[in-house]
Amino acid sequence: MGGVGIVFHNGSRTPERRARGLESIGSVTDRKERFRQLATQQLPGLYAIARRMVDDDAEDAVQDALMKAYRSFDQLEDEDAAPAWLASILVNCCRDLGRRRARPPDEVSIETDEGFSLYRRLAHEDPWPYSDSLHLDFLQRFTRGDVREVLAEMPEIYRVPLVLVHMDGFSTKEVARIVDAPLGTVLARLHRGRKLFEKMLWDYAVRNGLLRGDG
Amino acid sequence: MITCSEAVKRLWDYLEGEVGSKDRGAIEEHLGVCRRCCGELEFAQELRRFLSHHSSEDLPESVRARLVYFLEDLT
Repeated sequence: MGGVGIVFHNGSRTPERRARGLESIGSVTDRKERFRQLATQQLPGLYAIARRMVDDDAEDAVQDALMKAYRSFDQLEDEDAAPAWLASILVNCCRDLGRRRARPPDEVSIETDEGFSLYRRLAHEDPWPYSDSLHLDFLQRFTRGDVREVLAEMPEIYRVPLVLVHMDGFSTKEVARIVDAPLGTVLARLHRGRKLFEKMLWDYAVRNGLLRGDG
Repeated sequence: MITCSEAVKRLWDYLEGEVGSKDRGAIEEHLGVCRRCCGELEFAQELRRFLSHHSSEDLPESVRARLVYFLEDLT
């Protein structure tokens, strides 16, 4: 699995980077302080990822990840890679937490429809015939809570790459390392995840009456 | 020239810069003549902004305080 056990670095280590790296940290107190600083900076991002993966268990997942990251801090060769390294540990902790708490397996039962186009479905159904900005009007119906619910319904294998790339700003290469999967697999899941997200936005809107009223 | 279906399947990858030069050329050739796929492209851009806009999950101050305390307590 990704995260703990994998040495994270950016692949282009300059002497300056090495000097800033962990080699220069001598005492346990310094090491702990450096970890604390790095981790504190990442808390909002880590919490956001955990919320989208395990919802109300986010705080537990982040604590678990911080503990594991602290114990394997020596494996982080380059502090520039700290966000992706911490995220990889957190993603695994969220998966473990989900398994321990016997959440229903969400990798199955939802098939992606790669031919679905939300753009065309909206144009075809035309829920607000007098709107000049039909597609934007549709998106503006969704609150942050609605988006969270849609994402929560997505199978994890599609949700995680989608969230990490489009909401947390990681590159696809970083996501491949975070989820410990080949880049081609991540790209394929991202592609299916986007189409599934479009389909699930539409289904959610129909189910929750977001298509009613004026555009 | 590629079909609408083929173009639409690659639009997100196109926006992310994850298509090769040959595919990029084919998509741009199609977009040059297909108004509907240009609409699809604009909507894909809107969806990317939509996801980014909804990305923030506020870290409650009480949770932040507990996590900071937890970090300080690590030995």
